[in-house]
Amino acid sequence: MGLTPSDLQAIGLTLQVAALTTLILLAIGVPLAWWLARSRSIWRKPVGALVAMPLVLPPSVIGFYLLVLMGPQGWVGQWTQALGLGVLPFTFAGLVVGSVIYSLPFMVQPVLNAMQAMGNRPLEVAATLRASPLDRFVHVVLPLCKPGLITGAIMSFAHTVGEFGVVLMVGGNIPGVTRMVSVQIYDHVEALEYSDAHRLAAVMLGFSFVVLLALQWMNPQRRRATA
Amino acid sequence: MSLTRHCLYFLSGVLASAVSSHATAAQAQIAVAANFAQPIKAVAELLNKTTGHTVQITLGSTGKLYAQIKNGAPFDAFLAANTEAPERLENEGLALPGSRFTYATGKLVLWSSRPDRVDPSGAVLKRPDLGKVAYANPKTAPYGAAALQVMDALGLSATLAPSLVMGESIGQAYTFVYSGNADVGFVALSQVLEGGRLKGGSMWQPPQNLYAPIKQDAVLLQRGSDNPAAVALMKLLKSPEVQTLIGAYGYEP
Repeated sequence: MGLTPSDLQAIGLTLQVAALTTLILLAIGVPLAWWLARSRSIWRKPVGALVAMPLVLPPSVIGFYLLVLMGPQGWVGQWTQALGLGVLPFTFAGLVVGSVIYSLPFMVQPVLNAMQAMGNRPLEVAATLRASPLDRFVHVVLPLCKPGLITGAIMSFAHTVGEFGVVLMVGGNIPGVTRMVSVQIYDHVEALEYSDAHRLAAVMLGFSFVVLLALQWMNPQRRRATA
Repeated sequence: MSLTRHCLYFLSGVLASAVSSHATAAQAQIAVAANFAQPIKAVAELLNKTTGHTVQITLGSTGKLYAQIKNGAPFDAFLAANTEAPERLENEGLALPGSRFTYATGKLVLWSSRPDRVDPSGAVLKRPDLGKVAYANPKTAPYGAAALQVMDALGLSATLAPSLVMGESIGQAYTFVYSGNADVGFVALSQVLEGGRLKGGSMWQPPQNLYAPIKQDAVLLQRGSDNPAAVALMKLLKSPEVQTLIGAYGYEP
């Protein structure tokens, strides 16, 4: 392929960040979607809007605020320092935190759609069979929402791989720690190394096509698979 | 030249003459390296005052602006942060041959947003409690390359390597230090000065013999060769008056 060692390092790091982000999003995104689907709280709509915000905000805005908030003077930074964790910008952990926020709607939206499409009926039936709330969630909701979960996981992973603005702002461009593929491509272009940029960009192009194709195959019954 | 451009010239001429009564005022689009953001605004104001011409400024990194010009971006002149990009454009026939000149020579500083952090001899770089050190990408930003030369000259490259964080541009390196995420950073003197004085924090100016001069070249692009505003700007940049002005912003004329 003609990829340089630093290209391969960037690819490896990107896959790590994306995998970890997806796992964290499964852990927090699924319960969050469930709450959004079922809750009658007055907070449901504001929280729903907050979750969707990364869809409309430029990544530079998210990145800038993360840099300020997680920095030594920001309240998140004060908090992480008090916990003895230091500050998060320029670290792998900081990138993952940024990615989780940035990719949150890509997990929550498909799962929420699946949960809403499921309706109340299966839960009522399960309840009459004396299934506990946890039982109902694990044995009824999760299996019925599986296509949504898979879509959410794949979209979160792919969206994190394609992340740029947040990584550029809070990453600090450290090889092997925070330099992800998108920034590596940007560096190649800025340095006028167009053939290097071409090769790595082609890898990204192929990757995103494969991901979207996989989504189409996985959800044949759904015409709008990426919605 | 297209009809629309004629119309635009006419319109901008009408607008400018309405404001400043100069009947021949024109407008130019210029691409400027981000480190020159402050001085170019002052120069553009001066140009408008003395000739009635107006310039629209697009800021960016030299590498990005070069790529945009190569791909047909509608700029009339280019003020780069290095000498290579303008030279390349000249060789590639996109810039007017012979129009290239050095409009400013940048100076590097080690800066911290905390007062009393950076001492007058730069010994802070040897402190055990030194946090992150920000600098601009040396591959794409001349100030980043100069920072590497200084660290090399001081024999500190190896010890500082684990502390380094890289900004995409000198502007981002500044942001890292300003927000306190980096303890100190190598930035442009022009970024930390205001009216010829340090805006805040503390700084050290590495001696000029520790790094190659950061020469910034300007070039008139083919598209701007018949644009009176672009031509006038290039002329103004060379004038002693503007060279003094540029000096006050932390550049060597």
